[in-house]
Amino acid sequence: MRCHADTDTVDFVIVGTGAGGGTLAARLAEQGFSVVALDAGPFFRPLLDFASDETAQNQLFWTDKRVSSGTNPIKMGGNNSGKAVGGSTVHFAMVSLRFRPEWFKSRSILGYGADWPLDWAEMWHYYSMAEQALAIAGPIHYPWGPKRPRYPYRAHELNAAAKLLARGCEALGYRWSETPLATVSAPRGKSPPCVYRGFCRFGCSTNAKQSALTVWIPRALKAGAEIRDLAMAGRIDVDHQGCATGVHYVREGQWRFQNARNVIVCGYAIETPRLLLNSETACFPDGLANSSGLVGRYLMTQANQAAWGRMEDEVRWYKGPPSLALTEHWNYEDRGKDFFGGYCWMGQGPLPIEWVSVQTSARGLWGPALRTEMMDYNHQIGVKMVGEMLPNEDNRVTLDDDTDQYGLPIPRITYEWSENDKRLINHALNQMTMSLAAIGATRIFPQDDDTNHLAGTARMGFNRETSVVNSDCRSWDIPNLWICDGSVFPTTGGVNPALTIQALALRTADRIKHLAARREL
Amino acid sequence: MSRLRLTIKGPAESGGLIAINGSTPMDNIDPRSLYPDYDVLAKRTSLSWNDATRRVIDARLAVPREPRFFSGEQWATLVAVCRRILPQPADRPEVPIAALLDNLLRTDDTQGFRVDPLPYDGPAWKQGLVALEAEARAAYHAAFPALSERVQDALLKEAQAGRLHHPAWAPMTAALFFKHRILTDIPALYYAHPTSWSEIGFGGPAGPRGYVRMGLNRRDPWEAREVGATSQAPARALTRHAR
Ligand SMILES: Cc1cc2nc3c(=O)[nH]c(=O)nc-3n(C[C@H](O)[C@H](O)[C@H](O)COP(=O)(O)OP(=O)(O)OC[C@H]3O[C@@H](n4cnc5c(N)ncnc54)[C@H](O)[C@@H]3O)c2cc1C
Ligand code: SF4
Repeated sequence: MRCHADTDTVDFVIVGTGAGGGTLAARLAEQGFSVVALDAGPFFRPLLDFASDETAQNQLFWTDKRVSSGTNPIKMGGNNSGKAVGGSTVHFAMVSLRFRPEWFKSRSILGYGADWPLDWAEMWHYYSMAEQALAIAGPIHYPWGPKRPRYPYRAHELNAAAKLLARGCEALGYRWSETPLATVSAPRGKSPPCVYRGFCRFGCSTNAKQSALTVWIPRALKAGAEIRDLAMAGRIDVDHQGCATGVHYVREGQWRFQNARNVIVCGYAIETPRLLLNSETACFPDGLANSSGLVGRYLMTQANQAAWGRMEDEVRWYKGPPSLALTEHWNYEDRGKDFFGGYCWMGQGPLPIEWVSVQTSARGLWGPALRTEMMDYNHQIGVKMVGEMLPNEDNRVTLDDDTDQYGLPIPRITYEWSENDKRLINHALNQMTMSLAAIGATRIFPQDDDTNHLAGTARMGFNRETSVVNSDCRSWDIPNLWICDGSVFPTTGGVNPALTIQALALRTADRIKHLAARREL
Repeated sequence: MSRLRLTIKGPAESGGLIAINGSTPMDNIDPRSLYPDYDVLAKRTSLSWNDATRRVIDARLAVPREPRFFSGEQWATLVAVCRRILPQPADRPEVPIAALLDNLLRTDDTQGFRVDPLPYDGPAWKQGLVALEAEARAAYHAAFPALSERVQDALLKEAQAGRLHHPAWAPMTAALFFKHRILTDIPALYYAHPTSWSEIGFGGPAGPRGYVRMGLNRRDPWEAREVGATSQAPARALTRHAR
């Protein structure tokens, strides 16, 4: 690995190496820029370091102190935040979906949320690039949305849970599809094909998964980027002209400062605003890039409710990636809705600890009743939604008085579901329940309280008054400060976000190249 | 906390089950495993486990059985609570849930965040056990572990329903403590133990070897066989080499 001294003024220092930061590190280094990418987490070697175990793999998650509050506090930790080189993609479930084109203009076309300052057709191009780079395994014809090229790798075999999802959709008259997944269905470089071990959400110990750790980071290293792990950024410095000069970070107990011509923040929807807010100065008393007052605002999570039931058959849902099949019916069908937004639902394969948490949180079971229910593990079936929650400026990240192990103020996360969110969830719960009923599942129950992915808190937009960054992910206030991760989403759509984040990072890297060529960096 | 009002939701008596297709509550109070001849640990040296897995499971099985995080009195309350939340059969070694929790909190191997107004996990647990003990003494003039199982259950149900209001809970509430700590941590630790995986027929660790037979009613030879099962494993001749 090429290494830089802190005193080298590198072209780009990137904070965070997940879906956004990992992709950028690779693309910017490939374009010849000097790059140092910091990550607070360790640089894991999956073949040696990853156990097949739900508990031990807590090592992948962001477990520093945080406070979650509000009417519907969001569950943090392993539910939505990674801390490792590769970020949350190290333990993501690999579902790789494109936005519905209209979502980029949901305000003007669909009447809710906010428009993105981006054109869907251009994003379609970057989605294809991302899918090629990640060797997505998917169907030949994807049933929804405008035409897209066929996926580079063939779709995975369906497990029993996915076949039952398909049966449920067919009974309701909805289309279903094999889920496009970022795990290879045939050998690729150092990745062997997926062996269907089912621990994907706790790290893939075979490297079949095409995460930032296995795809973008090796490309970044090859192109000369330095990946500095266990390096926690605490503050971005700004000079008298209002330009960023580099990043203060702590590594091995020492505070250090990396000089850089540009800083890109890719810490995801909680840590990105926290770093910007923690970097306040006399010139920027409300934190960096925050003249709009919107840093930390419009936090969005996604509805992740489910319906569960029992089959006479043995399902054994622990085998294979958990979400091998899905339906996007209610992302593309607008008729018959009493709410804005969309949702999809997917097959499920919770391992025992996650499954018992469903039984306790959704049904409040304990004692002999709980152990008895758990005996049915291998007969269980379920479908889970990914649903669009609307942006609301009061859902936000602020700084708390308490500090973490580095002495930095910790984030406070405040969240409340809107009436629209609740209507969407109700609609989905009814639909998912019907799909289970239609295949003869018994003992059906809804799980009404779960959420997953995060977005927002540094939204992109058309002007400096109503957004934090422009369409190039460049902050309005500080020309050499960029933000490129899930936090720039103005709306979150009804699909998992990682492919969109990576497509966006690919576009940003191209824009940076273009701007550099015109000496506009 | 405002809860979502669902248009569909089963009645509380059925534990939230919806009355479609059949929703008889399970009244079997002596849950028996459907996999009596399955032991997930028999795969320890097989291709389903790697070294990293062996390391962490070995450490879990060897967890010290005495408290290092909790005080003696908190420990006694905790042990009693664990036995009510996850009663275990008498005819096999007990999964040491309290010891696993003590170890987890001592090493702060938690999810890291707290939900307002609960404190972080370690302090919340200590305070919650003290508060439960205070409730037991106030209502029954006896220590929680000394109460009959029936009375312990009654007290825990009151906590779950938010009907306990001793000042020792503040700023938490009994209901929040029950939901976020008791009902989150105790079951998670039980189902982190290989004994529970054998009991429910979970395949357990599965790397580097994963699975081959993924369809309905299909299983690999290294998966649990259910009593009176419908599932088929391939003929022995095809799987001689499976270890
Ligand atoms: C269990 C789970 C399953 C998921 N499944 C899917 C899925 O199937 N499909 C999908 O599309 N999405 C999925 N997601 C979501 C997806 O992983 C994230 O949306 C995506 O990775 C976010 O990308 P990001 O670049 O914004 O942040 P991340 O990928 O989270 O990367 C942020 C990185 O920044 C680092 N960092 C943060 N702050 C600092 C700092 N101050 N200093 C140094 N480093 C810092 C962190 O350590 C982290 O590594 C899942 C998420 C989880 C948790
Ligand atoms: S099922 Fe496939 S992708 Fe998931 S952890 Fe196993 S090998 Fe990796």
